[in-house]
Amino acid sequence: MSTYKELTWQGLWNNNPALVQLLGLCPLLAVTATVTNALGLGLATLLVLVGSNITVSLVREFVPKEIRIPVFVMVIATFVTVIQLLMNAYVYGLYQALGIFIPLIVTNCAIIGRAEAYASKSPWHHAAFDGLMMGLGFTLVLVLLGGIREIIGNGTLFDGANLLLGEWAAGLRIELFTVDYPLLLAILPPGAFIVMGFIIAGKNWIDQYRAARAEKPEKVVTRARVTSQ
Amino acid sequence: MTFKIAASPHTHQRRTTQQVMRWVYFALIPGVLAQTYFFGFGVYIQLALALLTAWVAEGLCMRMRGRPIGHAWQDHTAIVTAVLLAVSIPALAPWWIIVMGTAFAIVVVKHVYGGVGQNLFNPAMAGYVLLLVSFPVQMTSWPIPAELAQIQVSITDTINLIFTGFTSAGYNLEQLRMGIDGMTMATPLDSLRNDLNHQLTLTEALNKPIFGDIAGIGWAWVNLAFLAGGLVLIKQKIISWHIPGGLLVGLLVPSAIYWLFNPDQAITPMLHLLSGATMLGAFFIATDPVTAATSNKGRWVFGLLVGFIVFAIRTWGGYPDAVAFAVLLANMCVPIIDRYTQPVAYGHGGRS
Repeated sequence: MSTYKELTWQGLWNNNPALVQLLGLCPLLAVTATVTNALGLGLATLLVLVGSNITVSLVREFVPKEIRIPVFVMVIATFVTVIQLLMNAYVYGLYQALGIFIPLIVTNCAIIGRAEAYASKSPWHHAAFDGLMMGLGFTLVLVLLGGIREIIGNGTLFDGANLLLGEWAAGLRIELFTVDYPLLLAILPPGAFIVMGFIIAGKNWIDQYRAARAEKPEKVVTRARVTSQ
Repeated sequence: MTFKIAASPHTHQRRTTQQVMRWVYFALIPGVLAQTYFFGFGVYIQLALALLTAWVAEGLCMRMRGRPIGHAWQDHTAIVTAVLLAVSIPALAPWWIIVMGTAFAIVVVKHVYGGVGQNLFNPAMAGYVLLLVSFPVQMTSWPIPAELAQIQVSITDTINLIFTGFTSAGYNLEQLRMGIDGMTMATPLDSLRNDLNHQLTLTEALNKPIFGDIAGIGWAWVNLAFLAGGLVLIKQKIISWHIPGGLLVGLLVPSAIYWLFNPDQAITPMLHLLSGATMLGAFFIATDPVTAATSNKGRWVFGLLVGFIVFAIRTWGGYPDAVAFAVLLANMCVPIIDRYTQPVAYGHGGRS
């Protein structure tokens, strides 16, 4: 059981693909203008990651070491194509909003990184769980970033959630405040970089805080000196 | 507290940071007076708002970082940032514009990077770019020079405009910016850029009331006033002449060549030099000792680069003026410039 706990911890926090490994930054920064887009891309990446991790793990005995990278890329591309066709069929609005970034999941280093570093060396159930947790960690960061940018830039949350979740989700839209002139920078790419910097800083701050708390203060013994030295 | 041990020879700098910064904002006075004369009292309100925001933001940041607050207030660098931002934005812009810009400049651009002397980018210009990218309408709504305006704006009206958006008579900024013919007037560079893009010739484009004899009514004098202040700084050895010189040459030479080759479709070199934020940028913004290159040769290169980028963006880019973008882009190149223009230490190098 401890393997699973370790994998959860690694994927969600210690080795989070977006915050620590800084992989997959291109989609991360490009599509997180709203929570809906972020969630859509995050879930797509999650599914691809789980699928590719399982497959890579299952075929790891048969793939010659010399050509493993092309094989991994083929596996990932297959899953991305499946996801892309599914999104085209069932969430067409979101499919259009995300555009080129769905096929670009193939080039997301977080996925091939997990295939190479973990899935190709582990049994399939561990690999599947690792993919799930890494994907979840990635998705959470995407949603957080999308949420902050959407609030600062638009004053709303879950705008256009019906594109992803169906008509009932249109009621999810929360209007926090209305501004006549939105802060465009938060929606534009530079805003993504700035907010991302603050999120990483926040994570490091929490880590430092916990490390400082975990360290037990040493007991200080004061002795009265009698001699002058 | 670290003691940095540098090899001799040492030179003694008599001036403290505070004194240098004080000279900088005193030298801005002629420019501010000229702006007041042509564009009204709004600039003072913007200055007050910017200074207040900078003071509060600086104090809060130093507190959060656990540093002594008094030190930050005493070195006056935040004051210079606030003043530079206040004179670069339109005098009648709504109050939250300058507050947001100054807060961003101090908190994100200065203190996140480590405070005084550590920032990569010029805080005032980074704040300006944030505002320009986010609020293009407010940031390009310069009031028209007083002598062309239909409605003169009093001090009370200025305050009303900045805080509520309307004068006491109910005019908004857009209406105040109309000339006698009912057309909204843009700044000289903005109007020229639009007209040249619409296939007008230079002579036709210049045939508008905002262009006076030299380079736009008001703007030429504001620039000359900043030039005067800048020359005082050079005389006082607060700044070296390399950066402003490089910037003006870097702007003048390409624009003159471009203008000579197609005299009817290019902005004249004179307009380049005396319009927009050229002089303010050359003498006060690009010369920021923290973010500019350090050696004299490096300063030359830095200045030339800023000047050329200003020319390029004004001529082919999407924005009418470009000093802020040019300074930020050149700031990014400073580490490379410094690397390749490092002076040879005394006694090293040479021919034999």
